[in-house]
Amino acid sequence: MTLHSHTHDMSCQQLLASIGDYVEGDLAPELCQEIERHLAACDHCRVVVDTLNKTITLYHASAHETEVPSEVRGRLFQVLKLDNLREKKS
Amino acid sequence: MINEADPPLSLDALRSGDRAEFARLVEIYYTPIYRLALKMLAREQDAEDVLQNTFLKALQHIGEFEGRSTLSTWLYRIAANEALMFLRRKRPEVSINDEAEEADDSLPMPEQFTDWCCLPEQEFATAEAKRQLDQAILKLPEKLRVVFLLRDIEGLSIKETSEVLNLTETAVKTRLLRARLALREYLAAYFSERLLSENEK
Repeated sequence: MTLHSHTHDMSCQQLLASIGDYVEGDLAPELCQEIERHLAACDHCRVVVDTLNKTITLYHASAHETEVPSEVRGRLFQVLKLDNLREKKS
Repeated sequence: MINEADPPLSLDALRSGDRAEFARLVEIYYTPIYRLALKMLAREQDAEDVLQNTFLKALQHIGEFEGRSTLSTWLYRIAANEALMFLRRKRPEVSINDEAEEADDSLPMPEQFTDWCCLPEQEFATAEAKRQLDQAILKLPEKLRVVFLLRDIEGLSIKETSEVLNLTETAVKTRLLRARLALREYLAAYFSERLLSENEK
């Protein structure tokens, strides 16, 4: 891979290869700049990066919505024979 | 992220079989373990089985816990294995540690280029949108799904995820990116339609 080349413009394929580290904020500043130059000129890649970030944000925001039904919790403590140790939380 | 309760759990008490301390451990971790199992398997009954098996195994083996990983990593590992074993019983060909596939490091090219980020925020908060998010996760191959759930839903680091699944950090990163790109495609199909109907208003 020639990702560190500064003489050639980055291709869409090369951008895709670095996109993981880019959205994680794990890329060297020079490579970030190269990506941002590409994004400014390539609408498709800009949409991919924006919607990828949005996808991750939506999942992060939804992460803690799952609630455990109280009977599931109750049966768990029963199976573990811990139900006599802990009062059920209100 | 899991927050360890105050005061911190005592490993010595746990290892020596202190039931009250184990009850505290269960209290702290049952929600994330259930969530992982439910998002992995979709059916509540299956998630409950994995939840119970995880803590039964933890209870059985806590005496051998050496503290080389954190308790949460250890529990996630048991739970992830339980969930994957469950899926493997249904579909025996699935293998989580098949890193040979990682040799092919080409990524699928994106196919959806509609910019749906500009949808009104309430579009992302509907019950249907949330159902789409969950459904999309279930479309992922199991080995991508588990990486995505640990990293992006449970909030583990790349390193912690690699410890839970006994994978290299590089393999975790590759699977995470594949998962995220696939989810982007699935969500784009739904949200692009929402964008169309929004524009028709």
